[in-house]
Amino acid sequence: MIPGPFAYHRPQSVTEAVSMLSDLGEDARALAGGHSLIPMMKLRLATPAHLVDLAGVADLKFIRADGADIVIGAMTTQHELIGSDLLTGKLPLLREAALVIADPQVRYAGTLGGNVANGDPGNDMPAVMMCLGATYEIAGKSARRRIPARAFYQGAYLTALEAGEILTAVRIPAPPAGHGFAYEKLKRKIGDYATAAAAVVLSMSGGRVAACSIGLTNVAETPLWAEEAGKILAGSGLDAATVKQAVAAAEAITAPATDARGPAHYRTKMAGVMLTRALARAQARAGA
Amino acid sequence: MAKSQVSMKVNGKTVDALVEPRTLLIHFLREDLNITGPHIGCETSHCGACTVDLDGKSVKSCTVFAVQANGADIRTIEGMANADGTLHALQEGFREMHGLQCGFCTPGMIVRAYRLLQENNSPSEEDIRHGISGNLCRCTGYQNIVKAIQYAAAKINGVPFQEAAE
Repeated sequence: MIPGPFAYHRPQSVTEAVSMLSDLGEDARALAGGHSLIPMMKLRLATPAHLVDLAGVADLKFIRADGADIVIGAMTTQHELIGSDLLTGKLPLLREAALVIADPQVRYAGTLGGNVANGDPGNDMPAVMMCLGATYEIAGKSARRRIPARAFYQGAYLTALEAGEILTAVRIPAPPAGHGFAYEKLKRKIGDYATAAAAVVLSMSGGRVAACSIGLTNVAETPLWAEEAGKILAGSGLDAATVKQAVAAAEAITAPATDARGPAHYRTKMAGVMLTRALARAQARAGA
Repeated sequence: MAKSQVSMKVNGKTVDALVEPRTLLIHFLREDLNITGPHIGCETSHCGACTVDLDGKSVKSCTVFAVQANGADIRTIEGMANADGTLHALQEGFREMHGLQCGFCTPGMIVRAYRLLQENNSPSEEDIRHGISGNLCRCTGYQNIVKAIQYAAAKINGVPFQEAAE
């Protein structure tokens, strides 16, 4: 399988990259880790005339604390997320989610920015970012802006990113110390996208849920933030009846496709099962 | 389409070439450099037969353009044996533990296991299975591949290899 021909560009800075993308127009695509785009190009489902490789842009690869936030450069790979001591300490949900993405080789190449910006509903990080209340930092030729992850996804492969813009970093408010977390993913085999997956972050106080946020992967055209389900759980002791009610609220917002991973109603139920497991694991990990 | 100049180190040797930007690294290695150890299996970044070591990362060379590897340091199965021609501990392990049958996946398996052991020289069986989960083998059932990697780890660490009871 040989991709269609294209011209290769390798900018050194964000400014240079966005000005190239905006000058080259719609025939140009940004290349990050390439593990979504290159397979599409090999199948000729994508035939960009220009590839703007972001690998040479040094200031897109970092993981750092910035006040109460953790900021991660778009070109940081899944492998680097897994190996980060800062994330393991402050934001272990990212490591847990990154470990179930694809396989080791893909994680050495695949980037956080590519994963969240591509708009593929099968990707794992978008629902994690919605769960965490992350903000995406976007650069364009004339301006820089920030978009909340919860407002970024509009449809399958359709996002708030405009032509000529790139996502440069992900900014995540660090959850409070002692928070519980879990990412539960059902997949048919290593390397597969989720049949359904659920991300949970919660804090407990005196045996009750002080705050709870839930994201769902691959059970709709976009990743989902299950806001209502989180609200139902807030203030509860995660008793079985309340969990059941929250899971039903989460299942209600899903609209999965019937595909090789199963019929739609099965995938909805699996989203519920993943959420139930993620809640139990997050609770067990949370400090009182 | 204009060709791009690339320069990279492959198994310790510097290579300069002109490539079309759309040339995949696996095609560059196999067809331009005649390095045919990395195999083309699935071509969809699933099977891992094309795995090479690139700047300290295991990558599937069917999903990287040669231009992206400009300046890189690459190692393939051809670069695994020791300078005196003796086998690398992993190659020896695959031979001793019958870690291959048809052999198609073996170059990718060994190159991947090389990076795994660089990062963790005493992996548990679970670490090994997780670490080679991007490499498919349709013959062995993996058991002997896991043993081969354990054998190599023991040899590298200078401790006797103890086969676990089945």
